[in-house]
Amino acid sequence: MYQYTEFDKQFVHARAAQYRDQLERHLRGELGEDEFRPLRLQNGWYVQRYAPMLRIAVPYGEINSAQLRVLARIAREYDQPSDELFAQARAKQDSLGPVPLSNGSAVHSNLTVGYGHFTTRQNVQFNWIPLVKSADVMELLASVNMHGIQTSGNCIRNITADGRAGIAPDEIADPRPFCEILRQWSTLHPEFAFLPRKFKIAVSGATEDRAATYWHDVGLHLVKNDAGELGFRVLVGGGMGRTPIIATVVREFLPWNQVLNYLEAVVRVYNRWGRRDNMYKARIKILVKAEGQRYIDEVEAEYRSVVEQDGAPHTITEAELARVSASFVAPQIAQASGAAPADEVGELDLDPAYQRWLQTNVAAHQNPRLRAVTLSFKRLGQAPGDANAEQLDAAAELADRFSAGEARVTHDQNLLLPWVRAQDLPALWQAARAIGLAKANIGLLSDMIACPGGDFCALANARSLPIADAITQRYQDLDELHDIGEIDLHISGCINSCGHHHSGHIGILGVDKDGKEWYQVTLGGSDGSLLSGDAGAGKVVGPSFSAAEVPEVIEAVLDTYRRERKTIGDKAETFIQTLRRVGLEPFKTAANAARFADREVA
Amino acid sequence: MEQTLKFLSVAEHAAQAAGAESLVLPNDADPLEAKLEGVSRIDLHFPKFSDGRAYSQAVMLRRRRGFTGEIRATGDVLVDQLVQMQRTGFTSAVLRADQDLAHARRQFQHFPSYYQGDAARPQPHFRKAA
Repeated sequence: MYQYTEFDKQFVHARAAQYRDQLERHLRGELGEDEFRPLRLQNGWYVQRYAPMLRIAVPYGEINSAQLRVLARIAREYDQPSDELFAQARAKQDSLGPVPLSNGSAVHSNLTVGYGHFTTRQNVQFNWIPLVKSADVMELLASVNMHGIQTSGNCIRNITADGRAGIAPDEIADPRPFCEILRQWSTLHPEFAFLPRKFKIAVSGATEDRAATYWHDVGLHLVKNDAGELGFRVLVGGGMGRTPIIATVVREFLPWNQVLNYLEAVVRVYNRWGRRDNMYKARIKILVKAEGQRYIDEVEAEYRSVVEQDGAPHTITEAELARVSASFVAPQIAQASGAAPADEVGELDLDPAYQRWLQTNVAAHQNPRLRAVTLSFKRLGQAPGDANAEQLDAAAELADRFSAGEARVTHDQNLLLPWVRAQDLPALWQAARAIGLAKANIGLLSDMIACPGGDFCALANARSLPIADAITQRYQDLDELHDIGEIDLHISGCINSCGHHHSGHIGILGVDKDGKEWYQVTLGGSDGSLLSGDAGAGKVVGPSFSAAEVPEVIEAVLDTYRRERKTIGDKAETFIQTLRRVGLEPFKTAANAARFADREVA
Repeated sequence: MEQTLKFLSVAEHAAQAAGAESLVLPNDADPLEAKLEGVSRIDLHFPKFSDGRAYSQAVMLRRRRGFTGEIRATGDVLVDQLVQMQRTGFTSAVLRADQDLAHARRQFQHFPSYYQGDAARPQPHFRKAA
């Protein structure tokens, strides 16, 4: 993990002090809301339905146990609204009504306080911190080298990466040193603080794309050319929202030391020519789509000028790469001498629950004696990706005991322990199970992605969380979940697509019709992973459904898969394979047949 | 960071009428094509403080055109963006009438230096540290 230098430490403390000055001027009435807004946004403070939301940067998902403990403290001490505000929020959410379930019960909005939320961009959000305490929280974060710099606003956002960066067996090169260099370059970049719209970069260093790079404003793939030299494939102009677009490859190979110079050109051309007249057309994807080759030509010309006229000042030196890379050397993990090899059959190996967990939550590692273990934050009673103070503290404890004090926030809203000794798996399983973080559902239906939706977000058209809850309740049987197999279910409460519905094999999108909550269902989307195939947006199955119908529709779609799937040898086709083979029609028919009859009459 | 940016009031700016030696460049103009012969002052414009095009224009004028005269920020110029203006190559800023000069000066005291190079100091921190 990156080790902060004195310069880095002073920088985040200076940022916290600067923010306190801005907040105080705002609270004294000297800095109006319009002028304070972009300043607080670029520190992660975003106002929602009931309270400000704080988005804390977890650069490329890497977090240590001391940082997790500070997040636990923030949850416990600061993520606490006044009784009055909370009662008011509850009453308002209750008035939206329940989502009835087919078994006669119903799911309600379930507002709670005192917890953090892992996001698809590997950040952590809190929902209830009063704005007057926001500067105290920024100082507390700075004490463990954390911040909210550029986690919101029209600037270069937190850089994301493969959750298994530096440990995945299919890795070409570790992307984390480059992510850190990019983080430093983009931090308080004076020219790019007020872009036409937000700007998101994702980096992958592996053969498999686990960072949804084609869905980002910029995607970077570490690759080697024929001469064996390291460089980047550069993608520009992907994005979700109203107009889902897959990024265009603008460079097949860029030498690694040129990446800052090249991105300077990419962002400068966007800053100058991106649309500012219409918020929905302001993302770089619209510019790239509208201009096509002309955009690429502009960038290449600008890049040449950066190199030839400016002297390429941001060329990464060997010394800088070596300095940053030194932070990412794998921790020395003591192997008990003569220890039992990992796969030796023990008592636990006979436990089917442990076997399932090994199958879904444990992944291979570059070091054959180590494993990557995902702690599941997808379980009944809590929203996907939510972690309360006790769970954050417990996760810190697990990281200390089993993973050299390090963890990762994953794109799928879970926590991953990157340095687990294979011989410790049984002990870790038992410890994780004791705190409810060992659900063997990683990659399965209930490991869904969901945004906070209409329970928190002012932009949402409909609630996401009661829908996620209803589906989670319906699919609790692990036998059934494992039978359905690997599948991506993604839920967004509005077209801004924070829940990535476009890339879900099954996507659910909240829409607003006459002030009521409705849901559009899409099928066949892909994030670009090996399981999902080439990145692409799902297709809508028909007119939107009521909240109560959604769980029925999901069930009908999954039943169609189970009916249509082929089994070759002992391996069943995955949901997405069956969908691609038989086409959308049978799924569409089943989904539309699941509509409630009384609506057809009405 | 040392403040070199000069602050001007709206009245001071109005008193210095743009003459033949000064150029007013709209914020969608291409600074690479602007005619700079005999020009000693260029006024760039922020229609809204959150419209960042003029930052790139200033960088282009300094780096690509080698312009060494005055670059003046006009329009919605607020104290919280002054440091960015200085770093992208502005040398003067016409503060919006309601802005507090004391706050404006304080903005330069928060950070001693920055990670990336800029128009004033082209080398990034990692090259200086090395």
